[in-house]
Amino acid sequence: MQLPHYLGLLENSEKQLMEAFEYVADKHKDEPDIEQMCQKLSAWSREHHGRTQAFVAKYSEEKEDEPDKLKRELFAKKRKGSLALLRDLHDLWLLTQEVHLCWVVIRQAALGLRDEDLKACYEFCNARTQRQADWLLSRIKQAAPQTLLVAE
Amino acid sequence: MKETRDSIQDIWGQRTGYEGDWPVRVDERIEEEPDHWVQSACVLCSNGCGMDIGVKDGRIVGVRGRAVDSVNHGRLGPKGLHGWVANNSQDRLTRPLIRRNGKLEEASWNEAMDLIVQKSKELVEKHTASSIGFYTSGQLFLEEYYALGIVGKAGLGTPHMDGNTRLCTATAAAALKVSFGSDGQPGSYSDLDTTEAILHVGHNIASQQTVLWMRVLDRLAGPNPPKLVVIDPRATYTAEKATVHLAPRVGTNVPVMNGILNLIIQAGQINQEYIEAHTVGFEELKQIVAKWTPERVEHLSGVPAAKLREAAHILGTCKTLVSTALQGVYQSMQATAAAVQVNNLHLLRGLLGHPGSGIYQMNGQPTAQNTRECGADGDLPGFRNWGNEDHIKELAALWNLHPDQIPHWAPPTHAMQIWRYCEQGSIKLLWISGTNPLVSLPDLDRARKIPAKEDLFVIVQDAFPTETTALADVVLPAAIWGEKTGCFTNVGRTVHISHKAIDPPGEARSDFDIFVDYSRRMDFRDQDGNSLLTSTWQTTEDAFNAWRECTRGRPCDYTGLSYAKLTGGSGIQWPCNEQYPDGKKHLYEDGVFNTNIDYCETYGHDLETGAARNQDDYKLIDPKGKAFLKGIDYEPPHEVPDKQYPLWLTTGRVVFHFHTRTKTGRSKALQEAAPDSYVQLSTEDAACYGIADGDMVEVVSRRGKVLEPARVGDIEPGLIFIPFHYGYWDKADRPRAVNELTLTEWDPVSKQPHYKYAAVHIRKVNA
Ligand code: SF4
Repeated sequence: MQLPHYLGLLENSEKQLMEAFEYVADKHKDEPDIEQMCQKLSAWSREHHGRTQAFVAKYSEEKEDEPDKLKRELFAKKRKGSLALLRDLHDLWLLTQEVHLCWVVIRQAALGLRDEDLKACYEFCNARTQRQADWLLSRIKQAAPQTLLVAE
Repeated sequence: MKETRDSIQDIWGQRTGYEGDWPVRVDERIEEEPDHWVQSACVLCSNGCGMDIGVKDGRIVGVRGRAVDSVNHGRLGPKGLHGWVANNSQDRLTRPLIRRNGKLEEASWNEAMDLIVQKSKELVEKHTASSIGFYTSGQLFLEEYYALGIVGKAGLGTPHMDGNTRLCTATAAAALKVSFGSDGQPGSYSDLDTTEAILHVGHNIASQQTVLWMRVLDRLAGPNPPKLVVIDPRATYTAEKATVHLAPRVGTNVPVMNGILNLIIQAGQINQEYIEAHTVGFEELKQIVAKWTPERVEHLSGVPAAKLREAAHILGTCKTLVSTALQGVYQSMQATAAAVQVNNLHLLRGLLGHPGSGIYQMNGQPTAQNTRECGADGDLPGFRNWGNEDHIKELAALWNLHPDQIPHWAPPTHAMQIWRYCEQGSIKLLWISGTNPLVSLPDLDRARKIPAKEDLFVIVQDAFPTETTALADVVLPAAIWGEKTGCFTNVGRTVHISHKAIDPPGEARSDFDIFVDYSRRMDFRDQDGNSLLTSTWQTTEDAFNAWRECTRGRPCDYTGLSYAKLTGGSGIQWPCNEQYPDGKKHLYEDGVFNTNIDYCETYGHDLETGAARNQDDYKLIDPKGKAFLKGIDYEPPHEVPDKQYPLWLTTGRVVFHFHTRTKTGRSKALQEAAPDSYVQLSTEDAACYGIADGDMVEVVSRRGKVLEPARVGDIEPGLIFIPFHYGYWDKADRPRAVNELTLTEWDPVSKQPHYKYAAVHIRKVNA
């Protein structure tokens, strides 16, 4: 059974996302809305990460370090200036998609397994992942024109 | 000198108890006998009391309330009776100033406007119009905002337009949009004449809108007085009169409102039929509030469970209800979410759209409604939806432009973000009109550095020298109320005309003339190469007539109004059109709201994160005229008292002043009535810190410090209060502006800053 593989992937992605939100909150302290919202969304991911633990234990974990690499890739360059915010939000959005995709895959298995708890966990977490992505997209749209056209 | 009453000693005057028709009482105060009276309305708060200006030999010599006016029935409060004195003050700005070699020097209008135009053109050329921002006010007139809206959105095409209304009324607009699909207060002041119950949440109406409070006091003094529920952490004048006063801890409005809704739902006091026919979202809301038992609310907010029950009983059983909310809600955590709970209360009980029931998501400033309606802030003119391509096309047609000229590719930039872009240097020209941000913005130490930046060109248009004009590159002297003709709309949709009574001093010009002049000098063109609409206007009446067209078919329909119609009688409420030639007292009488996908002003937001929804998202939930019931769970404030900063600070107003006192501080009577800032603290805290009345107290937050004389009593232990009006233009010997202490952060939906809480520590200092 390959479900543990994906649960490991999910667990780790959610952890990466949590850390990445934390990192962006801290890095962009001068943007008060970024700081506050990223902290809050990081807390969401922390909670999701906690909730997945039960299933990792249940289906036995297989360590997955792929998302680590993904995050390292994404936040690789030391970014400065006004482009930094846009690019950091961009990368956060990509990480949310990684989490989302893991959930889509796992949900299919949950249906097959008739694991109601896992399904419920999906309902709760995935909806919030979507809201994380929505916020990021809103904020990206707001920042984009000014960053690309005016800021130096 | 003649005055019908001493409004300084007796703020609200004699009681005329009533139920039904509020008796007329004309309040008047003149320094000399006028040779004639000119029709106007008061611009010192959002109430918009009808008043006449007394003129003698080309000077204002006094005012009197207009007996025929539906807003005030002749009454005026202390600010209205005394504030006009500022027009005559000796230190008005009378000539343009340009900064040369670091110093502001007098210049001609030609020089000043040429410089502004040259700067604008250079910037647009090099960095696009997004390098230019406007920061306006809640105190200009409708025609001026519409001119500004067109100049910015159509002429230049910048998304960076907002005003200090973001600091005071953004949440009012946001909450109305969330629930009902568009801005616009559902009820009328006349609802107070018969209502059975009144709820004031975070709204110290007695100090803010003294004349509206007179109406409430008169009801309380008459037969069948309404029951009054007040939610406010301080024992204000308003709270003193309450049947039930709930004093929640700072930042706990949402739990308290959730708790009340929960009790009302539990008790079956909701109107199931109305909910089914006219709302969506009930089950979710029910689930959210179900967790808030009175005991849990008490634990978190400090409001005793029994008191919450008492309040819920009144609000759950009254047959008519008028509710109001203001800064205690709007400038706190979860502002929009808490304000929406007030709307929910009315929706759940079906108390909307009929006499005796109404909601006031209050405005602070007198003309803030017009800032929102006319597109001088982040909203589009006529409550149009920036996410709706058809709405953009309507505007483009009105202005004869290609739709893409109107910035709608991203959410309009809100005020705090405008300041942030200035701080970062991507906005390079900021044009401030009619406001004094260097007292009113949060975290002043940070804010003050922005206009001082070399790479930001700052234009300030004002009537008086202020903390902000001092840092400007160009200062334009503005004509104000009484010196120009125009209209404005109070919080209750009532439109007044204010006729020009006297000439402005020196070379001062109206904001309208300045924006139109800029439009002409910039040579803005429409898509056929003709002059842009603003450049064609000769008078404010031209602008008003153009504005009427802009509102046709929108919720704020002005098409039935004209200067002639507004002159002579009472103010008139919009919508005023063929169908409602005398205006309309209640919106949503039929329970059909402005939420239809083609009509709504917004596609909504995630209430918790503020993420904007688009048209496609909305298609899935289009309630087709039903109202939204929405709620969220509690979230604690971002800064809470700790060992180092053990007390809560909250801010607010005093009855005698308006805003940063640029006007009221120049009236001798008002100034003497409230000459200085202060810090109010509880008897318990005073004892603990060894502080007595009048002692100088140092108050420190993570962002700055102030020194204030102490006032002991009438506040909960653990909480201190400092009024927000006081800055430095008239007294610079100590740090005293409370915004030295406040936080830079804002509500995710309305983007209104959180002025109502910060953690501080205090100590007594030797004078
Ligand atoms: S209540 Fe407001 S509008 Fe009326 S007189 Fe007082 S300050 Fe002016």
